[in-house]
Amino acid sequence: MLHIVNKSPFERNALESCLRFCRNGSAILLIEDGVYAVTRGNAAEPKVRQAMSHMKVYALRPDLEARGMYEAMIDGVTLVDYGGFVDLVAEHKAVQSWL
Amino acid sequence: MNETAGGIDAPEETSGTVKKFMFVNRKAPYGTVYALEGLEVVLISAAFDQDVSMVFIDDGVYELVKGQNTKAIDVKNFSPIYRALEGYDIEKLYVDDESLKARGLTTERLLVPVEVLNSAQIGELMDQQDVVISF
Repeated sequence: MLHIVNKSPFERNALESCLRFCRNGSAILLIEDGVYAVTRGNAAEPKVRQAMSHMKVYALRPDLEARGMYEAMIDGVTLVDYGGFVDLVAEHKAVQSWL
Repeated sequence: MNETAGGIDAPEETSGTVKKFMFVNRKAPYGTVYALEGLEVVLISAAFDQDVSMVFIDDGVYELVKGQNTKAIDVKNFSPIYRALEGYDIEKLYVDDESLKARGLTTERLLVPVEVLNSAQIGELMDQQDVVISF
């Protein structure tokens, strides 16, 4: 299953809820303000790192670049472009957007 | 002296009054329209020669991050406008220390020179304002 988070971890608890419910082997895609969660030194980094041990974490590159955060991305996150976003949605049986 | 020729006779004390305006920015850019809209209001206020300051709190500090490149999301990159604020005599830019630290940011990562303050100092500044507008 693919989980999508588009809100900043500081502004909403969307990421927190996502991490609470998603199961091992799931994929998490961070888009829009959700990408701040995978930047170095942010307060949500430890939680994201923990999730990365049993789930694949993706981030939308155009959204990281727009926010000046491309260079600050933590290691181990897989970058995707819009085509990769579509592939992820197509590959997974279901998608949950944590709006 | 009753020599005013025109019809507009504004009382002296109101025509020259400068008020203290503080704009509180608490939203990241691009995810919502708040940051850009707020910036536009700040520019408008500058045209009225008021005492304007901007404070960046919570996700608002992300507005000032260097190196924003919005080409791939097809949205206007408005971050260069923060650099132009100085030209409009908007030079009081305050950033909340705690908000910066929680996001792994330092002032070297920011577009413009800012004054970093703690929450008590920002609260005190807020208290001194005539008008506080929040985005």
